[in-house]
Amino acid sequence: MSAATPPAPARPRRDRGRLAVVPLLAFVALSFGVPALAMLHGAFTARDPVSGATSFTTANVTESLSGHYLDALLGSVRLSATAAVLAALLGLPLAQAVVTSRSRALRESVLTASGVLANFGGVPLAFAFVATLGNSGVLTRHLSLDDAGWSLYSFWGLTLTYLYFLVPLMVLTLTPALEGLRVEWREAARNNGATTVQYWRHVALPVLAPSLLGGLVLLFGSAFAAYATARAMVGSSIPLVTLQIADALSGNVLIGRENVALALSLDMVAVAGLVMAVYLPLQRRSARWLA
Amino acid sequence: MARLTPHARAARPRPRWWRAAVLTGAAVYFLVPLAASVVFTVDVPGSGLTLDAYGRITTAEGFGDSLLLSLELAAATIALVLLLTVPALVALRLGAPRLRPVVEIVCSLPLVVPPIAFVAGIGTVLGWGPEHFASTPFFQTFVALQDPDFPLVLVLAYTVMALPFVHRALDSGLRAIDVRTLVEAARSCGAGWPQALFRVVLPNLRGALLNASFLTLALVLGEFTVAQLLGFRPFAVWIVGVSGSQAQVSVAVSVLSLLLTWALLLAVVSAGGRGAAPRPTPSPRS
Repeated sequence: MSAATPPAPARPRRDRGRLAVVPLLAFVALSFGVPALAMLHGAFTARDPVSGATSFTTANVTESLSGHYLDALLGSVRLSATAAVLAALLGLPLAQAVVTSRSRALRESVLTASGVLANFGGVPLAFAFVATLGNSGVLTRHLSLDDAGWSLYSFWGLTLTYLYFLVPLMVLTLTPALEGLRVEWREAARNNGATTVQYWRHVALPVLAPSLLGGLVLLFGSAFAAYATARAMVGSSIPLVTLQIADALSGNVLIGRENVALALSLDMVAVAGLVMAVYLPLQRRSARWLA
Repeated sequence: MARLTPHARAARPRPRWWRAAVLTGAAVYFLVPLAASVVFTVDVPGSGLTLDAYGRITTAEGFGDSLLLSLELAAATIALVLLLTVPALVALRLGAPRLRPVVEIVCSLPLVVPPIAFVAGIGTVLGWGPEHFASTPFFQTFVALQDPDFPLVLVLAYTVMALPFVHRALDSGLRAIDVRTLVEAARSCGAGWPQALFRVVLPNLRGALLNASFLTLALVLGEFTVAQLLGFRPFAVWIVGVSGSQAQVSVAVSVLSLLLTWALLLAVVSAGGRGAAPRPTPSPRS
C-alpha cells in the first residue's frame, strides 16, 4: 500500500479536489437550477388555450402584483414583519436573562429547548395551537375565550403561533452576541457614571445592532416562507402569498393559473433574495465583534 | 481589570425580579400549548379521561405507510446529501481554496427560493414529461421520479433543501480540525485515501455529521409543502388528512412527534458532545 502511494505531487491533488466537487455542482444544477429556470421561464410566458402556443409576456408578473394577489403579498409581508419584530422584542430579554443567569443547567436547557423549538414548525405546531386556542381548544373552552372575541384563525392568532418558533430562533441568534458583551465595557460605563439605560443605549445596543438586525431579517424570511402552519391552521381564510401560490398551483379556485403561481413564486424569490442580501453582510459584521 | 471585576460584581445591585418575570413568562408561553395539547388528547368532552386517542394512532388508516415512507425518504436524503457534500468539502479543505466560496454560494442558493416557490418550479419541470418527452425513452425517468411508492423526486427536492444546513454544519466541523495535517499524518503512516477518509477524517467529524443528519431528519419528517403540492402522502401530509375526521388523533401524533424530535436532539447532543448542538439556522419552514 505504502509503496503504491508515493507522496502525491501538488497538481493531481488539486485536480482531485476539483473532481470531488463536480457531483455536488452537477446535482445542484440539475435538481435546483432546472426547476428555478423553469419557474423563471414560466413566470414570463403564457400559453394560448386554443392553439397551445406559448409566448413571452409580462402579464403574469403584472397580475401577481395587483388585486388580491398583491393583497396576499402585502399580507405576508405584514404578518412576517409583525411576528419578527415581536419575536425580537421578546427574544432579547429572554436571551439576556439566560446569558446572565448563573445557573448552568438553566442555560443549557433553555438553549437546547430553543434548538428543538426553532425546528418545531409546520403541521405539529399548528395542531398544538388548535388544541390550545382553537375553537374547541382547551384554553378556549375553560376560559370562554370565544365570548371575549378571541379567534385563533386570524392575523393575531397566526402571529402568536409563529412566535413559537421565531422567539427560540431569535434566542439562538442573540446568545453568542450577548455573550460577546464584555463585563469590562459595563464597568467602564459605570465608572464613567453611566446609568443602566445609558449603558444599553450607548454601548450594548450599538454592539448588538448587527446581530439584532440580522436576526430580524432571518426571522422575517422564515415567517415569510412558512406555508404548512398557515395551511393546517387557517386554510385560506387569511390572505398570504404562500396560500395563494398553493391554490393557484392545485387549481383550487380557478384552473389554468399555473403561470400566475410561478410569477408569485418569482415575487417571493425577489423578497427572499433581498432578505439574504441584507442578512449576509450583517452576519459578517456581527461576527467581527464576537471574534 | 481583574481586580476591578469582583468589586463591581459585589457592588452591583442585582435586579432579579425582571429575570424571574421574563423566564416565567417564557415558560408559560412555551409550556402551555404542550400541556394543553396533552390535555386535549386525553380529556375528551363527553367521555372523560381516556388514552383512546393514542391507541387509535396505530390503527388509523395509512399511519404505518406514511410513517415508513417518511423514514425511507429521510434515510435516502441523508445518504445522498452526505455523499454529495462530505467528499466535496473535505477535498476543498485539502486543495482548491478558490472553489470554496463558489461552493458556499451554490449551497446557500436554496435559501433564496422558499419551498413553495421551489415546488412550483418542480411541478413545471415534471409537467414537461408527458408534454415533450412522452414518445422518448427519457419518459421512463419521469415516471420513475414520481413513483408513489418511493417518489425519488422528493429525495432530490429534500436534498436541495437540506444543502444549506448540511453545508453550514459540516463546514464549521471541518473548520475546527486540521484536515490537511490529519490526512498527511495518516498517509505518511501508510494509509490509503479511503482509509484516511473513513478512519481518520470522518471520526473527527462525528459531531458535525450527526448534527447535519439530525437537521436533515427533522426537515424530512416535518416536510409538508413539497409533498402535499406534488400529491404524495408522507407523514406530515397524513396528519393533516386525518385531522379532518379525528382531531384528537392528529394532536396526539403532533405531541408524539415533538417528543421524538426532542429525544433525537438529546441523543445527538450527548453523542456528539457540546459542539453538536444545533446552530441557529434559518430552518426551511415547511
